[in-house]
Amino acid sequence: MIPTIPQPRAFGLIYGAYVALFFVFLALPLTVVAVFAFNDSQFPSLPWEGFTSNWFFGEERPQIGVFHERGILRAVGTSAFVATCVAVLSVGVGTTNAFLFNRYEFRGKGFLYVLMLLPLVIPGIVLGISILVFSSTVANGLWEAAEIDVQALRPGLLLVILGQFSFITTIATLVITARLQKFDRTLEEAALNLGANRLTAVRTITLPFLAPAMIGAVVVAFLMSFENFNTTLMLVGSDAPLTIAMFDRLKEGSTPLLNAVSLLLMLGSSLLALIVILFQRRN
Amino acid sequence: MTPDLDCLDLTRRFGDHTAVDHVNFSVAPGTFFSILGPSGCGKTTIMRMIAGFLEPSSGDIRIRGASVLDTPPNKRPVNMVFQHLALFPMMSIAENIGYGLRRRGMAKAEIARKVDEALERIGLPGIGNRKVTELSGGQKQRVAIARCMVLEPDVLLLDEPLGALDLKLREHMKVELKALQAAFDTTFVYITHDQSEALVMSDQIAVMNNGRFEQVGTGQDLYYRPETPFVAGFIGEANRWRGRVERTEGDELRLRTESGLEMRGAAHGRALQAGDRVEVFVRPESIRIAGDAAALAGFDNVLEGAVSNILFNGAASRALVTDDAGEEIEVTLPQSGEFSDLKRGDRVHVGWSGAQGNAFAVTA
Amino acid sequence: MSSANRIGFVLLLTPLVLWLGLLIIIPHIDMFLVSIRERVGRGVYETSAAQYLTFINEPLYIWTFVRTAVMSVLATALTLLIAFPVSYYIAKMARGRLQQVLFMLCLIPFYVSELVRTFGWMILLRETGLVSNLLQWAGLADQPVEMLYNDAAIMIGLVYTSMLFMVVPLVTTLESLDDSVVEAGYDLGGNGLSVLREIVIPHAMPGIVAGCIVVFMLSLGNYLTPTMLGGKDSLWFTEMIYNQFIVRFNWELGAAFGFMLLLLSSLIVWGVLKLTGRTLQETLG
Repeated sequence: MIPTIPQPRAFGLIYGAYVALFFVFLALPLTVVAVFAFNDSQFPSLPWEGFTSNWFFGEERPQIGVFHERGILRAVGTSAFVATCVAVLSVGVGTTNAFLFNRYEFRGKGFLYVLMLLPLVIPGIVLGISILVFSSTVANGLWEAAEIDVQALRPGLLLVILGQFSFITTIATLVITARLQKFDRTLEEAALNLGANRLTAVRTITLPFLAPAMIGAVVVAFLMSFENFNTTLMLVGSDAPLTIAMFDRLKEGSTPLLNAVSLLLMLGSSLLALIVILFQRRN
Repeated sequence: MTPDLDCLDLTRRFGDHTAVDHVNFSVAPGTFFSILGPSGCGKTTIMRMIAGFLEPSSGDIRIRGASVLDTPPNKRPVNMVFQHLALFPMMSIAENIGYGLRRRGMAKAEIARKVDEALERIGLPGIGNRKVTELSGGQKQRVAIARCMVLEPDVLLLDEPLGALDLKLREHMKVELKALQAAFDTTFVYITHDQSEALVMSDQIAVMNNGRFEQVGTGQDLYYRPETPFVAGFIGEANRWRGRVERTEGDELRLRTESGLEMRGAAHGRALQAGDRVEVFVRPESIRIAGDAAALAGFDNVLEGAVSNILFNGAASRALVTDDAGEEIEVTLPQSGEFSDLKRGDRVHVGWSGAQGNAFAVTA
Repeated sequence: MSSANRIGFVLLLTPLVLWLGLLIIIPHIDMFLVSIRERVGRGVYETSAAQYLTFINEPLYIWTFVRTAVMSVLATALTLLIAFPVSYYIAKMARGRLQQVLFMLCLIPFYVSELVRTFGWMILLRETGLVSNLLQWAGLADQPVEMLYNDAAIMIGLVYTSMLFMVVPLVTTLESLDDSVVEAGYDLGGNGLSVLREIVIPHAMPGIVAGCIVVFMLSLGNYLTPTMLGGKDSLWFTEMIYNQFIVRFNWELGAAFGFMLLLLSSLIVWGVLKLTGRTLQETLG
């Protein structure tokens, strides 16, 4: 069952065919999404009406392209804003968490660590409603106590950011902790020995060492936020991020416009992923 | 008697590279047979072909007279102790040792009995329930052997199993492996790049280089009567000179090295004639060192020189002596105390008999 | 701890405590509190188990709950069955370049939003979709076939969407299995099946557990795939939660539903960990 063990030819062929079939299964839905982005028809399905790039660049009805569709563009902007906030916040907190768990021994550390992992095993939709319930409890409390209406605590971008942040931080923490564990503490001691103080040592030695993991975590957090659906769905207000906007349109019936958006999303995220992989290989 | 293992014209090519090149050997029952060679010489390839993890490009492998080429590895009557032992970490010691017996469908009680017996035999009774990670390096070694031996294989293959151990333990395991082989009375085929492992344990050693066997023989054969320059240089230490044959007198030779040093050597039955280019090997331990020339009267090669360096290494201490022509000669220092105060720069005489100067024709 | 050290400790502890406290622990407690109250008048609430009683007494709710759990377990098992041979191939059969490329190919689809992946399956499976056209073209059907909006479509979507989370841990653990251990299994007389059962699977167990837990969680909490591929009557529990919260605006019942879902997932995760003798830290950390 490894190449050095002789196996009947038929077994090898069947196994190879199965793996090939698996990759066809993986590629199939994405391929059809991409191909039908160029269908010159109102529907992303057969029959094939000919090739067009109108779903990207078209300016007139009925084929308004992605780049002229205000609603979609605004949703992309919203998603990018949310994703940037989430990435920065979660990697920031992820880094402090990593240092806390790596550098300090304290009572309840094991318990806190398990608690830190919990967001990964809470269904996203439950995370969403719990934050929704709590924020409106706070908002209602404030209104009753002081008649202040805090709009930020009602469904909207702040809650979306907080909701995504609440579980993406766990992933950022894991990624950065893994890297920090590989760090050779004597390097920091050497810096101290050469006259740096504790903070300078961390800034000049440890953080540069962590940088690849932090950048990796930023990209992963950005992508996870960009494509998050479950948690966002429960917390969204009037400004819909892209996945929600697309979901709403899909419910009303799809046009190849959605394929075009999807194709751009695929290209964008593959590009980001590729950059991260290349970046990490160089290090 | 039918040999336990027979390799006939065994060849294995990887693309253009011939890893094993028409190798022939047979191993008599109960022998501890070693294949000794530098890394990359093809010894692992031979072992993997015997175990069934690699197919030979041509040639045959016979175990007790029957070809096993069409037998898959799990059906061959050989077992292997892997380089890093490959004990199953997900199983206890007893489960590891009983693994092969379970594959044969043996009854549980019978397996338990055999496992206990095997543990007894390797001197580790009662550790059956421990995990693999709880054992020391030497204990793992013994368990790996026991795991194979309960299956009573015709041939046990060992792939440098001592490589991962530290020096002291390795020395100890050499003796123990030899004893285990005697106790189990099974044919062992052992591959290693460490000549001391091979010399100490083996009945027969094959020295391998570049996919071929250079020489097969006992440790004494290889050490005292090397048949090729590679063996002469690989087994033990040697001073090595290149030169030319000036004259032959039967088996004796008169040589002149490239730096002009004249010496006597021996052809040991190899056909050498005046004018042939040769390589001469003289072991440091066959060179005598003395304060004055008179003490070396019995030797036919005597030189005078200055000590250029002392390489102190306990019992294996040596001196480097540079003669007046500038040739450097490595000489083992006798440990009888007379040279304990030898220092750099001291004038000494060195001598050795012509028969110790092993000469080989240079082909290239 | 020196005083400078203590300040550092407090500074590092604060974000963690704020995050876990304000976004995870207190919201869940609050959700629980909401779920155990009953509205008796305008703005007047009483503590009661009414929501949970509603849940228990309404067969549709219970049925959906059980169905979601069973389908999620099934999806997890299917994902494992499909992913294992592929992961094994990538980890142990493929070598060098091919290995890297295959692994990358597995990752790429999952950098794309779940919405896009589901959309792809809709294009394939719907009445006017590719598969339906293919069947008609091949003469296996004489009219368009609707393949969306049934349980099989949901299952395909769930398996597809969580595949990565099974493949990655499996490949990682299988890669760490030394070739010589497999060879030793054969050398001592094992065959493909016994080596798989006694050596490969026990070795891959940590990866199997991690993969199964994550895939199960993702299936159980999935909203998008069941709604899009299963249609209006997909009867997925997350849909019930969404409906209570957003459509009916009955937060009390919705919170109770959310709590039930949380309880179910925790129970199953805890059970699996107990059964395999592993901890959450080892499995996810």
